[in-house]
Amino acid sequence: MYRYDEFDARLVGERVAQFRGQVERRLSGELSEEQFKPLRLMNGLYLQLHAYMLRVAVPYGTLSSLQMRKLAHVARKYDKGYGHFTTRQNIQYNWPALVDVPDILDDLADVEMHAIQTSGNCIRNVTSDQFAGAAADEVEDPRIWCEVIRQWSTFHPEFTFLPRKFKIAVTASQNDRAAIRLHDIGLRIHKNDAGETGFEVIVGGGLGRTPYIGHTIREFLPKKHLLSYLEAVLRVYNLEGRRDNLYKARIKILVNAGGVEKFTDLVEAEWAAIRKSEIDLPGEEIDRIRAYFSPPDFEDLPAESAALEQKRTSDGAFARWLRVNTVVHKAPGYAIVNISLKPVGGIPGDISDVQMEAVADLAAQYSQDEIRATHEQNLVLPHVKKDDLYAVWQALTAQELATPNIRLVSDIIACPGLDYCTLANTRSIPIAQRISERFADLEQQEDIGELKIKISGCINACGHHHVGHIGILGVDKKGEEFYQITLGGSGAEDASLGEIVGRGLSSGDAVGAVEKLVDYYRENRQDNERFIDTYRRIGADPFKEALYAAA
Amino acid sequence: MPLLKLFGSNLVPALEEPLQEVSLEDWCDNPQAHADATALVIENDIGVEHIAEDLSSFGIIILKFPTFKDGRAYSQARLLRERFGYTGEIRARGDVLRDQTLFMARCGFDAFEFAGDDTAAASAALGEFSLAYQSAADRMEPVWRQRLDRAVAA
Amino acid sequence: MKAITGNRLSDGAVVYLGDNDLWTEQKSEAARFDDGDVAPVLHAAQLRVREITDAYIIDVSADGAPAGRAIIRETIRGAGPTVRGDLGLQAECCA
Repeated sequence: MYRYDEFDARLVGERVAQFRGQVERRLSGELSEEQFKPLRLMNGLYLQLHAYMLRVAVPYGTLSSLQMRKLAHVARKYDKGYGHFTTRQNIQYNWPALVDVPDILDDLADVEMHAIQTSGNCIRNVTSDQFAGAAADEVEDPRIWCEVIRQWSTFHPEFTFLPRKFKIAVTASQNDRAAIRLHDIGLRIHKNDAGETGFEVIVGGGLGRTPYIGHTIREFLPKKHLLSYLEAVLRVYNLEGRRDNLYKARIKILVNAGGVEKFTDLVEAEWAAIRKSEIDLPGEEIDRIRAYFSPPDFEDLPAESAALEQKRTSDGAFARWLRVNTVVHKAPGYAIVNISLKPVGGIPGDISDVQMEAVADLAAQYSQDEIRATHEQNLVLPHVKKDDLYAVWQALTAQELATPNIRLVSDIIACPGLDYCTLANTRSIPIAQRISERFADLEQQEDIGELKIKISGCINACGHHHVGHIGILGVDKKGEEFYQITLGGSGAEDASLGEIVGRGLSSGDAVGAVEKLVDYYRENRQDNERFIDTYRRIGADPFKEALYAAA
Repeated sequence: MPLLKLFGSNLVPALEEPLQEVSLEDWCDNPQAHADATALVIENDIGVEHIAEDLSSFGIIILKFPTFKDGRAYSQARLLRERFGYTGEIRARGDVLRDQTLFMARCGFDAFEFAGDDTAAASAALGEFSLAYQSAADRMEPVWRQRLDRAVAA
Repeated sequence: MKAITGNRLSDGAVVYLGDNDLWTEQKSEAARFDDGDVAPVLHAAQLRVREITDAYIIDVSADGAPAGRAIIRETIRGAGPTVRGDLGLQAECCA
């Protein structure tokens, strides 16, 4: 993975010093809250319901053991012993004191981490495929380009006061694990007919109160031009994006209001004017960054492990975990391990300091020192030898991190909701907890198969409900929590937006509704159809009927 | 509202000279009527390309920040400097705060109608970062070029 | 009835304006105001920028409990996350 040189380290250090000064000015009263707020936001510091919240960047979801241990340390020393992994591969702390934040940032800087641009109307932390560098289906490691974008976008002088926040995701696989069609810019590395690799550039996706699937504005962009092309998109957005209405300020509105063609013409014209300038990195610098992402020295192993096969047959619980939570690795004899942060009845994405230390230990011993965070609020050990899987499973089980439910009905995305968030209308987490308890039977979960439930506590859609196979949106009605169901969304390569079905339900009824929908699916599915496939085949009406008929 | 000007890497208080200002719209309507104008004021929702031909008529161009959160003038300034080769003064007007002056300077601003009192602090803020990752309209060497230079020297 | 709440600047803790113009973490100690009297109190509280941030008015019942439209929000805000009974003020309470 990427390591800072003295330049990267100096910039992060200078940022911490700057923020320390800004905090002092706020505490002394020199800065008003109005003046301070954008400054703290650009360092990831929010004010939530109970306390401040600090969002720490995990660039493109990649962590070392050392970094994970430092995250555990921050949770212990400055917070209440836990952290929360988000849908943007970041981690949030829910209880830091303002006066401690400069020290927290100093501690994080020691391990090449920061909270830069994790909020504010700027280019946010770049996200990527959590299996990058390990996936059998990738064209190349997308993180090289994520790091290129990270550096270019950090303290970009022109794009720090955009109309609204700006999120970029990069993948190099046909199987979209990074939700690239739902980002302000999604980049997909692929090969053209001539065998060269380049980017498909997708612009204008997003969730929130006006969800859109992104549009491809360029099928193939040679890789060396990435930054100049991004700069052209951002400049058009900075100048043309709406600033009169907070809810119409994202680039998706600009792209869709005037039409994709017009937007594309503006970008191409701007790009033609700047592509020869010094925005794009020279090959030497790209090679320097690429070297950090060269594959680890995988051992020359047989594709199958006898030790693993023996345990698979003798231990049914292990076999289930293998089936559900591990993924094919590109190197023979290795596997990708998903760590579930969704125990039955648990809080999606939450992890204690003790669990963080355990994951760090496992990564150090078994996974080339690497950990990934996923946009579905889980973790990954990307490079585990098949021979070691049993030991890893046992260790994860001891920490309640081995729930075999990846992609299944209890692997739920939920925003923090009204338990933490000052913008929320309703709680989200308790709904996720009740659903996962209702479907606690692992055999039943596996039988149901892939089913993505996503829950948001308000229309801002941090829980991605628009793209849940089953989405749940919390709405406040005169001081009471109600939940609206959407069906048929997807955030993957088959991206689609869900359709609202019927009236809002009470929290208890919402959990029952999910059960009815799942029952209906199981009665009507054909062959190996997933829930979403059945829904797409037979349409919304029968599901609606099943949902409201009995009621 | 002190006027600060960029000298080297410092912001220095400058004397406020009386300006004869003209808006871009008025200038475009009738340049002859504004022949004595010394400063051109461009609103931040107008494309600077409209004045590309006449830039040499002005020693001062004023770009606006209605609030510090409205960052359109950053792009306008870069376009004036980098695309249209404007070498006169670009002055920031409006909500011009200490914590944004470095970004402004990097985009080509060299004069600031500073909205605070502590001009020494504003100048110090320019030095809070000694490096930049990306090239812009100023003379800061992007980090990638410093890395290349170092690799060549080694 | 109305009360004034906000978050303490230094650590973000939820506080209420109590008697003698002191901030208290105990909702039960919050000073209560008639609807017509509360605006100037809020204004004065908002000027205490070194102590407090995001001060605003909440509805309370005569016994000081949250009331009105924001009842769920203000109850959770005062007590702590409903999904973590071990955290927040609810954890310290004898109830």
